[in-house]
Amino acid sequence: MHNEHSDAHFQLRIDNGEHIEPKDYMPEGYRKHLIRQISQHAHSEVIGMQPEGNWITRAPSLRSKQILLAKIQDEGGHGLYLYSAAETLGVSRSELIEQLQSGKAKYSSIFNYPALNWADIGAIGWLVDGAAIVNQVSLQRTSYGPYSRGMVRICKEESFHQRQGYEIMAKMMKGTKEQQDMAQDAMNRWWWPALMMFGPHDTDSPHSSDAVKWKIKRETNDELRQKFIDKTIPQAELIGLKVPDNNIQLDEKTGHYTISEINWDEFYRVISGHGPCNKQRLDHHIKYHEEGAWVREAAEAYKQKHLKKELETA
Amino acid sequence: MATDTQLDLWEVFIQSKSGLPYIHAGSIHASDVKMAMQNARDIYTRRGEGTSIWVVPSKHISASNPDDNDMLFDPSNDKVYRHPTFYVMPEGAKNI
Ligand SMILES: [Fe+2]
Ligand SMILES: [Fe+2]
Repeated sequence: MHNEHSDAHFQLRIDNGEHIEPKDYMPEGYRKHLIRQISQHAHSEVIGMQPEGNWITRAPSLRSKQILLAKIQDEGGHGLYLYSAAETLGVSRSELIEQLQSGKAKYSSIFNYPALNWADIGAIGWLVDGAAIVNQVSLQRTSYGPYSRGMVRICKEESFHQRQGYEIMAKMMKGTKEQQDMAQDAMNRWWWPALMMFGPHDTDSPHSSDAVKWKIKRETNDELRQKFIDKTIPQAELIGLKVPDNNIQLDEKTGHYTISEINWDEFYRVISGHGPCNKQRLDHHIKYHEEGAWVREAAEAYKQKHLKKELETA
Repeated sequence: MATDTQLDLWEVFIQSKSGLPYIHAGSIHASDVKMAMQNARDIYTRRGEGTSIWVVPSKHISASNPDDNDMLFDPSNDKVYRHPTFYVMPEGAKNI
C-alpha cells in the first residue's frame, strides 16, 4: 500500500485535481506558504478598510454614503473569512494579528497610498477591487479547500465593489471640467500601483514555482496582470479616461495590450515600509485593537459569569 | 499586558431556504451563543443567503480522520445486494 503521509502521495492528489482539507497530510512548505498567503490576504482586506473609511463622513450624498458603508463592511467580512481559513492550518488569530502589528506579516502595498479625494474612492473600487477580483476569481480554484471556499464567497460580493467604483468614475467624467480632471488625476495615481498588486514579474517572483506546483496559485502574476490590463483599458477609454502610459499598444494578433515597464523600485520601496501611509495604517490598527481590548475582556467576563451560574444551578 | 483573548471559535451552518439541508458556511469568533448568533448573521447572511442559522462551538465537533477513509468509506462493492439492480423481477412487472 502507498504511504498516504508522503510528499509524493500529496503531489499525486494535487495533480489529480483533488482539494486538500485541514486534517489531510500536507508538506510543511505547503502549510507555511498557505499561512503566509492567506494571512497576508486577510490583513489586506482589513487594512484596506482604512483608505475608504476615511471618506464615509465626507461622501457626497446619502446614497454614496450607504454604498461605501456596505462595501467597507464587506471588506471586514472578507478579512474574517480569510482569518478563519488560516486558522484551519493551526495558527491562532492572536498570532496572526501580532504578526501584522509587529510588521512581520505583509499586506497589499496598495493600501499604503492615501485616498486624497472623492475620485479616489471611484478609482479604488474600479481599479483596486478590479485587480483584486482578477486574482480572487483565479484563487477560487486554489487547492486548499477552506481557502477556495472563502474565495467563492468573496467573489460573489466583489463585483458590486468594482461596479460602484466605475459608476463614480463614469459620473465624474460626465460632470464639470473640474470633476473630469479629478477623475483623471485619480486614474493617474492609482493605475500603476494597481498593476503592481499582482506582484513582481514571474521571473523575479521568489515563491511562485512551489505555489504553482501545489496549485495554490492557478495562474502566474504576469498572466493575471495581463487579464486585468486587457479588461480595464477599454473600460477607461469608454468613459474618456486616459491611461497614464504613452506606450500602450493593442497587439491585433494576440488581442493583448502591451504597456511600458513597471517601476519596480517604487514597488519595493513601498513594500519595505516607505510608502506614503505605511506607518499610519499600522498605528491606526494597533490603536483601535488596544482600545477595543476592554470589550473583549468584558465579553469573556460575561461568559465566565454565566458559566458559573449554570454550574451552580445544575 | 492584558490577556488578549480572541474569544472562542464557532462553526456556522446556514439553511438557504426551508426544506433544504444546513450547509457549513465558515466560522466566527464569539464569547457566547448570543454573540455567536449575531456575528454569524452579520458575517454570513447579509444578502439573503439564508433563512436559518445554526452555530456550534468548534470544540464540540468531531471530525473523522482521513487515515481511516479506506475503512470508513469503503464502497462495499462486495455487497451488491444493497443496490436495487441486484434483484430479478418477474417478466412483465411494472412500476417497481
Ligand atoms: Fe475584499
Ligand atoms: Fe472589495
